[in-house]
Amino acid sequence: MKTTGKLRRYIYVLTLFFITLSGFGQMPIFKRYYIADIPGLGWLAQFYVTHIIHYAAASVLIALVLYILFDFIFNGSGLNRITGSGYLKIVILAGLIVSGGLMVFKNLPGVYYGHTTIIVLDLVHLSLCMMLLCVSLYTLIWEKKWVN
Amino acid sequence: MTSKLSRRAFLKGSLTAAGSVAATTSIARAATSMAHTKKEPLVTLLDISKCIGCEECVYACQEVNANKYPEPQKPFPKMVPDRVPVQDWSDKRDVTDRLTPYNWLFIQHASATVNGEEIELTIPRRCMHCDNPPCVKLCPWGSAKQEENGLSRIDPDICLGGSKCKKVCPWDIPERQTGVGLYLDILPAFAGNGVMYKCDRCYNRLEKGEVPACIEACPEDVQTIGPKSEILEKAHALAKEMNGYIYGEHENGGTNTIYVSPVPFEQLNQSIEKGKGKPHLNTVKNMMADGTNLAMLIAPLAGVVAAFGKFYLSSKEDK
Repeated sequence: MKTTGKLRRYIYVLTLFFITLSGFGQMPIFKRYYIADIPGLGWLAQFYVTHIIHYAAASVLIALVLYILFDFIFNGSGLNRITGSGYLKIVILAGLIVSGGLMVFKNLPGVYYGHTTIIVLDLVHLSLCMMLLCVSLYTLIWEKKWVN
Repeated sequence: MTSKLSRRAFLKGSLTAAGSVAATTSIARAATSMAHTKKEPLVTLLDISKCIGCEECVYACQEVNANKYPEPQKPFPKMVPDRVPVQDWSDKRDVTDRLTPYNWLFIQHASATVNGEEIELTIPRRCMHCDNPPCVKLCPWGSAKQEENGLSRIDPDICLGGSKCKKVCPWDIPERQTGVGLYLDILPAFAGNGVMYKCDRCYNRLEKGEVPACIEACPEDVQTIGPKSEILEKAHALAKEMNGYIYGEHENGGTNTIYVSPVPFEQLNQSIEKGKGKPHLNTVKNMMADGTNLAMLIAPLAGVVAAFGKFYLSSKEDK
């Protein structure tokens, strides 16, 4: 059981790392600011590579979130076990998945979004990402857990 | 030298009169078909065998879109770091031999041998208006959009000039002008670098039921515009008739610009001058189809199945 928990945590942290990095890589900043010049990070300036990595990491994150959610449901664990910071991260993750899902849908052929919709989605997705990073940092420093 | 030159000389005298009659009828046909087209994208068909390289389309494009061209503020803000390139075409507005922020359509020249005879071909080049345009879909800021009639365009009031659209475009079509646009009002030194420009297929003319300027101005009726199914049918019939070749139907998963040529496009691609502002004619794989959409679909199911599997195994163990 403990091993499964540790594995989940490693997958979550690794996914969060790559999804954030590749997410910021959607903006043309890594080459401009020499980060892509660091050996091993050249891929950050290749937009199709960051796009694929972002999608792949998002797939893993969605699978993990649903796995934990249904595991929670099947085990009949009480919702009252979830901590305040846990709830906050769940809401942010849900927002990220929904806004990200809408953007994935936008990228399909024959789907037309207006400028405003795309900009709102982009800003919401970016803001939620920043919030998740801040809350995660807070929970890491103060050792706050998802559940009691 | 070639049959093309004599044809061009002949046309110099008569193209205005003949062209206007021909264009009027084709415009009427296109406008009618557009009025009936609600959902199907509009596609342009370019019959390369008809193009005489007169550049009428180029000048018509410049004239009609002049009000959309950038008027940059100078001196440009200092950009950080120094490696950020200043791209200024404002003093080279008369360049017509490549794509620039002030020239969204140009004529590419190719030589080819057909039935033992060397001929010159001229090819109008501009944005292909892809079915699933990476410039629109991958713009991180939503400044590019695709309309239901199949055209894609960049909003100069929103674009920050990061040039990602150019890097993800299989033909490197958009061109940047520094010193203009929204980035000047945000952090001009640290983010953005102007606005990206490319053919918007005269979206404002299409909205009024008019055809794009390049189509209207062509004295040779090189271009035809209409609903996708109709144009593809025409393109295949034309290709069959001239024993020719098609480009743009499958490139990048399909585009709304279809070229028909009497010469294989591989041969044309070898002949044309390629480089900055001068796109190739290579085959292009579908850049937006990388299999990750499938992973996105499978992911939720995988998560639920894994949780159920774990629950099932633990229930079995408990028994």
